[in-house]
Parts: sequence; C-alpha cells; structure tokens
Amino acid sequence: MLAAAAVPLFLLMMQAPSGDSIYAGQCAICHGQRGEGGRGPSLNRTKLRHASDDTALRRIIRHGLPGTGMPATWLNEVELVEVAGFVRSLSNARKPQAELPGNAERGRAIFAGKGACVQCHVVNGAGGAFGPALTGIAAQRSAGHLRQSIVDPGADVPPSFVLLRAETAGGRTVTGARVNEDTFSVQIRDAAGTLHSFWKTELKMLKKELGKSAMPSYATSLTGPELDDLVRYLAGLGETEAQ
Amino acid sequence: MKIVLLLILLTAALHAQTLPYERIVNSAREPGHWLTYSGNYSSHHYSPLAQINRLNVVRLQPKWIYQVRGREHFEAMPIVFDGVMYITDPPSDVTALDVRTGRPLWHYRRAIPEGIPACCGQVNRGVAVLDDLVYIATIDAHLVALDAKSGAVRWDVEVADYKQAITLTAAPLAIKDKIIVGMAGAEYGVRGFLDAYDAKTGRCAWRFWTTPGPGEPGNETWSGDSWQRGGATTWVTGSYDPDLDLLYWGTGNPGPDYDGTVREGDNLYSDSVIALSGATGKLKWHFQFLPHDVNDLDSNQIPVLLNAPWQGKPRKLMLFANRNAFYYVLDRETGEFLKATQFTRQNWAKGIDVKGRPIPTNTTTVNAEGVLVYPDDDGSSNWFSPSYSPRTGLFYQNVREKGAYYYKADTRFRPGQLYLGATKRDIPNEEPYGTMKALRALTGEKVWEFRMQSPPWCGALATAGDVVFSGTMEGDFFALDAWNGKVLWRFQTGGEIWANPISYRSEGKQYVAIAAGSALMVFGLD
Repeated sequence: MLAAAAVPLFLLMMQAPSGDSIYAGQCAICHGQRGEGGRGPSLNRTKLRHASDDTALRRIIRHGLPGTGMPATWLNEVELVEVAGFVRSLSNARKPQAELPGNAERGRAIFAGKGACVQCHVVNGAGGAFGPALTGIAAQRSAGHLRQSIVDPGADVPPSFVLLRAETAGGRTVTGARVNEDTFSVQIRDAAGTLHSFWKTELKMLKKELGKSAMPSYATSLTGPELDDLVRYLAGLGETEAQ
Repeated sequence: MKIVLLLILLTAALHAQTLPYERIVNSAREPGHWLTYSGNYSSHHYSPLAQINRLNVVRLQPKWIYQVRGREHFEAMPIVFDGVMYITDPPSDVTALDVRTGRPLWHYRRAIPEGIPACCGQVNRGVAVLDDLVYIATIDAHLVALDAKSGAVRWDVEVADYKQAITLTAAPLAIKDKIIVGMAGAEYGVRGFLDAYDAKTGRCAWRFWTTPGPGEPGNETWSGDSWQRGGATTWVTGSYDPDLDLLYWGTGNPGPDYDGTVREGDNLYSDSVIALSGATGKLKWHFQFLPHDVNDLDSNQIPVLLNAPWQGKPRKLMLFANRNAFYYVLDRETGEFLKATQFTRQNWAKGIDVKGRPIPTNTTTVNAEGVLVYPDDDGSSNWFSPSYSPRTGLFYQNVREKGAYYYKADTRFRPGQLYLGATKRDIPNEEPYGTMKALRALTGEKVWEFRMQSPPWCGALATAGDVVFSGTMEGDFFALDAWNGKVLWRFQTGGEIWANPISYRSEGKQYVAIAAGSALMVFGLD
C-alpha cells in the first residue's frame, strides 16, 4: 500500500476491487449487507451523521472514528473512492420521492386525522411521545421500511420501544414502551406519556413482547391509496430537517 | 531520634516499591497486593482478602475516582503494590496513582501514529511490573520499559511493524528475567507469535511462531502457504507454572476467520492452548480446542491452573472456559485431555470425543444464504477474566448468550486490511443477554447462574469474603454471594464496564477497583 503513490492511477484502477466487494468484505459485518445497519449504524441514507461530505466519508473510512467501534482501514486512495461511492449508492436503494405513489399533503392529513399518528409521534415539534419521533425520519429509514412499519409495526421495533408489561408486588399493572432497562431496573413510558421507574425487585412480573409493538397495524384500517399518501408524506420528512 | 523514627515510618509507608520475581511467585504471602495481571501466575483472579464479606458488602461505597483521557474502551486491570496503583489508559498510556488518595504520581503518554489497523479498538489491558520497571505493550507494537518511580523510559523496542496490522493490547507477563508479550491482528491475515524479551535490556530472548513454517511440525495442517496469513494470535495474557517453567497461552482464530477453503487442514496452532518453556520458548505440548475453525471462536481465554485430586490422584490441572461454549479440564504437565462440558448454548459441535476433538455439526459453515451460529463471533466467553475460589471450589465465568447469522463475503487478502470472509447480522426479535455462571471447577457442572441484561464484557472477581464482583454494559457494578449467586450490593457507575475488577488492601482496609466508562473507581467500606 505504500507503493500506491508511485503506481500510475489507471493501473490501480484496473487492480482495485470494486466498491461493493470491499464493502462486502470489510464494512457489511457491522453496517449490514445493504447498509441497513447492525453493530454499526445504518448507511442507507442520504445524510450520514459523521460524514457531511465525501471527503469526510473517505477520511472516516481511512482513519476510523476514535471512541466508536469504527476502525481505521488501510485502503488506498482508489479503493477509498470506490467504497465511499458504494456507501453513497446505498441511499439510492430507497426510491426517490418523485417515483413514490401517493400525495404528501393527503398523507399529512391522514397523519393528523384518520390515522391519529400524531397522538404518539412527534413531527417538527408537535405530537405525542409514546412512539419514536419522526422528524427527519426519511434520513434514517427507507420508504419501504416506513410502509412495513405501518402495516406490520412489530417487524422492526427499536430497542427503546420494546413493548413491556410490568406487574408490581402490589398488583398494579403498567404497560408501555421500554425507555431503558438494565440488570436491576427498568423505565417504562405508558400510552399517556407518563414515565414509570421500577427496581426489578419491586416487580412480580416483567413481560417482554419482543417482535410486538404498541402500535396497531394499519393494514386494514387504511386503504391502499391512503397508505401510499401516508408513506409519501413520511418519506418526505427529513431532507431539510435536522435529525 | 525523632527524625530517625520518622524516616523509619516513611520507609515503612513506601515499602520497597520494587517487585522481584520471588514476590510474584509467592503472591499468596501478600494478599493485600495485586502483583500480576490475573492476581497470581495460576490466573485464579481471586482475592484472599476477607474484610469485605457477604454481610458487610452492602455498606460498600465509592472512595475515589480517577478519570482517564482516552476515548476508547477503558479495559485496564490495575497492578497494585507498595502504595502505588499502575494503570494503562487507551490507547497506550500509563499512569501511576497514589492508592491512598487516587492522585496521579506520574504519567507516560505515548504519541501514537495515525491509522493503526486494530479490529476491535485501540485498547490496552494493563502493565506488568518486574523489579523496578513497569512494562507496557503498545498499540503501535512496541514494548516499553518505564522506571517504576518516575515513569521515565528506560528502553523501547519494536516488537513488530504495526503497518502489517500487528498490534499489542494485552498486558505483558513478567516471569523470572523475561517479559512475555502477546499480539493481535488475526482479522488482518497476520502470522501469530508469542515473544519473550530480556527484562533488563529489552533484547528479544525468543519468538514462538504460532503457525509453523515449512519443515516444522504442524506446517502440514495448512494448505499451500496459508500459514503465512494464518492468524493464531496471542492477545490475552496467559499463565505460568514456575515449578515446571511452563507458560500457558491461548491462541486465536485462523485467518481468514470465516473462510476455511483457503486454508484446508487443522490449522495448528490456532484455537489452541500452547505450553512453552519459559527459558527457551520451545513447545512442550499443545492442545487444539477447535481444529479448522470457520466461526472465529478464538481460544484467547485465560488458562486457570489448579493442583487438585483427579480420580483419586493429585494432578496438575488446567481449567479453560472456552469461547466455543465448552469448559475443559486438561493435565497441564502433558496436555492430556481429561474432560469437556458444554456450559452454554452452541450449535457448531455435536459434542467432544474422548480425545478432546470436537465432532462438528457442519451446519455453521458460512454460505451465501446465511447460517445461524451460536455463539456469535464474540463467543460465549472472551478476554474478560474468570475467577476461581478455593473456598467454594467454583469457577465463575461471565457468559455472552448471543448468536448471529453469517453470510459469505470477499476473502481476497490485502496487507493491512480486514481478512474475514463473512458478514454478520443479528437475529431479529431475539434479545441477547448475559449470565454469570458458577461452575464446579473439576466438572464444569453449573451450580448457579445470575442473569444480566446484555452480554457482558466484564470479568469476575471472587474473594475470600465469599463475594463475587462483576459489572454490566449498562454500568451496574455488583456483588453476588459466591455460594448461591444472590445479589448483595450494586452501584450504577454511569459507564459501560469493559474491564476486570481487582481487590487490594491499603492501610489495613480492603478495596475493590473497577474501570467503568472513562473512570477507574475504587470502593471500600466506611
């Protein structure tokens, strides 16, 4: 790799493995095969938290991010360009908004009205706290993923929204989303947004509903076109919003 | 007269502040000190102190906290003797602390070059001390000897070229007149070795290559020239039997981690424990836990040495809770396999045969469609230390209860770059967790277990007060009853715990120390 500077660029280009193969060999183990994330954050989005531009992205891939799990690599300049290009292309796996069916304005109305989504989700400062905030969600989730979350909310529940049912020794029952949990304690937010904190020794029962969500499925309560409208609206949240 | 008395008192307070080999060999005679990585050469990681016990541990409280500057995981195991605690903080700095106050006495700050390839962070797990020198093995692959009283560099030698992706993260081990240094880098296609350096001069005394070259026994277990990139690294501090002059060291995965097709054969001495002469580095015996590993199940755990009756006869044993989910008992004079017991979930082996060789299920070979593997590549156990209590006869092992899916990926070798052969995905809707398991030392049979919220990176420390200390990734530092696993005490440290607890005595009082987040925390009774 030290010879890289002395070797003509076109020769390196001919020898360099493609960005996707470098990605598959070195990046996918943490970031997922299509950038969906894993041990490392997801990369299939237009905005990357630490890499504001391509130069920053190549620098991070080359030198790593101290204090995170992101290691330095010894990719040469050509390989860096290749793999950074591939990482950028992962966000294109998401359908451009213009190609999505539906109408964002009608989607916004469903979000606030028929769907009552706003009761549990914050968008641009307004809404409930029971579900994940959706301001800027398009920078983090694909339209396909958003659609799946609406029709099958249990398919991918974020760790801080796992559905819990706790029963105290006194017989009181609290159901809600897991805000946090450690070996000895658990914090739960109920549907009204109230926070509850328990030592596990105070509980008679703590039931975890992995793969389930507190959110109802909208597979039947919204029509196909309404679903398109809602996804179109959500998929437009974020390009200009702060994360 | 008063001045003379004062001088005598001062001398007593500071002790010798030098650590000859004999003190480490006889560490049982000074239970108030923590003289070597695992507490003693047998790696019991056990404190004979009993002042903090099952009844009073509930009163344990923080005494002082020392904050380090590094942003990497703080994995240091302190060395404590004669009033001073020596810690390393990431990437490769050393600090000497006054144990009475927690105030620093000196620092060694190492300038680290950019871009060092280290798969799993620029971490460091501690120093070794011998006579008046403190030794650190650095992330840029040097061994440095520091003056124990001032931190001044006495010598600095290159162990390897870090640009070849060889890094040093383990605490060195000081034996007799040598410093033993293990290395990491098996995710980058390096060739593994274990080195010994003259403690006074830093001259290399011997090197043992963990993948045999042409003409050496074992080279035939590698197809073609694959031994050159075969890994089998030595990145966790091993154990030593001074009577036999044998070093015991675990070795890591063969490289590439997940693609066995480019390295047909058993791939000696990967995933093994090797017994080497301390004087010469010659191989006395080896035992390979996992021939031809294709799941990155390193045997970089700590061999625990125990003299005990085995089937009616006194025997020199080795206990080894392997990352592969089996607990092994070996004869440490000969390497003879005596017993293996599965201690947690796994799906790579149907069992272990009478000679100790696993019977593979052949269902965990990585393919394009994805295979489910238990445990995942972080293993059931890992570098974090187990603890053996001679009082309970139990072996305390923290266990990562986690599997994952693996998919075949590119395996081309490029120097200094990851050489893995697979990608990994977590199992959807399955929440991994952790346990501490108390196993009968001679059988591996489980006596009790304590469940933790997530898979741990913290070791266990049992004490003569019949308390076991450990910690969690959510920052809980806790004490369990060594006999039954009941929670006796807990403290929320506010940072992930990636370290092993130790215990020592200062001015007649017992303390427990743990690195949590970026803080070294010391606890004591009121």
